[in-house]
Amino acid sequence: MPLIELKGIERVFHLGDSAVHALAGLDLAINVGEYVAVMGPSGSGKSTLLNLLGLLDRPNTGTYHLEGRDVTTLTPTEQARVRSERIGFVFQSFHLVPRLTAAENIALPMMLAGLPAKERSSRVEEALNNFGLENRAGHRPDQLSGGQRQRVAIARATIMRPAMLLADEPTGNLDRHTGEEVMNLLEGLNQKGVTLIIVTHDQVLGARAHRQLAMEDGELKHDSSSPRP
Amino acid sequence: MKLVDTLRFARNAATGYPLRTALSVLAMAIGVASVVVLTALGDGARRYVVDQFSSLGTNLVIVLPGRSGTGGFNPANAITTTPRDLTINDAAAILRAPSVRRAAPITVGTSEINFGGRLREVMVAGATTEYIQVRNLEIAQGQFLPADDWNRGTPVIVIGAKVREELFGNAPAVGQLVRIGDRRVRVIGVLKASGSGMGMNTDEIVMVPVALAQAMFNTNTLFRILVEAKGRESIAAAKAQTLEILKQRHNGEEDVTVITQDAVLATFDRLLSALTMAVGGIAAISLAVAGILVMNVMLVAVAQRTGEIGLLKALGATGNTIRNAFMCEAAMLSTTGAIVGYFLGLLGAAIIRYAYPTFPAYPPNWAVFAGLGTALATGLLFGVMPARRAAGLDPVEALMKH
Repeated sequence: MPLIELKGIERVFHLGDSAVHALAGLDLAINVGEYVAVMGPSGSGKSTLLNLLGLLDRPNTGTYHLEGRDVTTLTPTEQARVRSERIGFVFQSFHLVPRLTAAENIALPMMLAGLPAKERSSRVEEALNNFGLENRAGHRPDQLSGGQRQRVAIARATIMRPAMLLADEPTGNLDRHTGEEVMNLLEGLNQKGVTLIIVTHDQVLGARAHRQLAMEDGELKHDSSSPRP
Repeated sequence: MKLVDTLRFARNAATGYPLRTALSVLAMAIGVASVVVLTALGDGARRYVVDQFSSLGTNLVIVLPGRSGTGGFNPANAITTTPRDLTINDAAAILRAPSVRRAAPITVGTSEINFGGRLREVMVAGATTEYIQVRNLEIAQGQFLPADDWNRGTPVIVIGAKVREELFGNAPAVGQLVRIGDRRVRVIGVLKASGSGMGMNTDEIVMVPVALAQAMFNTNTLFRILVEAKGRESIAAAKAQTLEILKQRHNGEEDVTVITQDAVLATFDRLLSALTMAVGGIAAISLAVAGILVMNVMLVAVAQRTGEIGLLKALGATGNTIRNAFMCEAAMLSTTGAIVGYFLGLLGAAIIRYAYPTFPAYPPNWAVFAGLGTALATGLLFGVMPARRAAGLDPVEALMKH
């Protein structure tokens, strides 16, 4: 059973009188533990696909099965729960809460999920160690370098032990060296079994993935390997 | 999200924007403080009046000649319209009533008092020895009017503190002969300065035996009879018995008015309480304004933190969680403002009391609770709309605003 199964997905945006098909007739299956890069020019629908996979957006038609469960028909509250427990997001611009420290930012998903404070602090400590942020726990985002910020963001994305990580241009705001570090970190997580889906228009970055999806005008133009069912 | 986390999150969010938070707290504080101060003023005025009345004496029933109430048609009224005199013997008869402890007949007029070439016009009160107990007055020097037959006008006088000062200066007053009107009387006592007494300042009056005053002013009627009941609970009985006795003595005609101090007091109490409430209500408008300001601040907060709201949604926050966080923040702003305002108001009332020591400016409890309650209610009420707006944001659009 695939982790993600999309069937006949359509997503239409209305801009004035004209309808824009951000996604059109998309069928896609991704297995547990895969490392997938979604590539394509801007406006190709790759971000819409990512939002859809992350349950931030709903398709107009089609079904989305996550771990065998149809998640398109869930209520917003149920979808929030799925996001909380199964999905981790990594953003291009990190999206850290500026008034919270690194440790508090990492703990945020657990706080939202209502985990007890004791478990939160032990998990945060573990995450700080794993991501080399031991000395940065009490620092606010503006006191951290770009690489450190993205590491905090990745620690936050994985703190709830999600099934998949959705990364939108995770190295877009970083220099080559720190970008490389962050990619190694994400790939390391993938090797430990987390499904990793990266959206990028960087060909080199995309080539590192085990499977490449090329998007164009809301359609899947190329899939480097169809997964075996 | 757990409650304690929601609270901490809201607090951090509020303290993250100190100026905005301080301004809305200040607005709420001013609203609550004005409620506290204004009701303290209103209630202070009420207490002041009540105190003044209490200084008139306790358990008092006052008899006035003439009928002021509406008694319906009475054949007796049709024949005689001028009321019968209220006499010293009437006052003596009232003493027979079982619920009455003392009765003090009073007659008043103005005359000139003259000593050693100094002359001034004074209010002359004809009274009896009972008057000092009924009115809770005190004697500074000498003694009060002697306890002898009410119909006997002994030529003695008791003078008010200010009258003494003006006539005698530093010289001793007790024992001196003064001229009042065309009579010579001996000063036997000086009243202690009190300064109060609802229109009849005891510092500026002189008192002579009631029979003497009636002779001076050539009248048989009394101005008032002050009747003291045996206790607070027997005031009503004393009133009824007094009325009954006087009716019998006046051939069955109810030609006097009997009022109780309680009734007068209750009227003033009601009046001034209503005034306090009105003033408090006006002050409450500023609370509503503060509530609207809190709403504005929260709307700005939602707009400013749209990106953050999108992020929270991506991290698994439900609409309810976000709504609660923003409601909490609004509640915190108004609570803090209300508490700060409460203490500011107490401080203001204390300053008023310090500046005017005789004025008991304490805010009434109901006003404090109503003020704090209104502050919280408006804060929450006006927090609902921004919080709902935050909860309803589309996560994709919200995230793009980061």
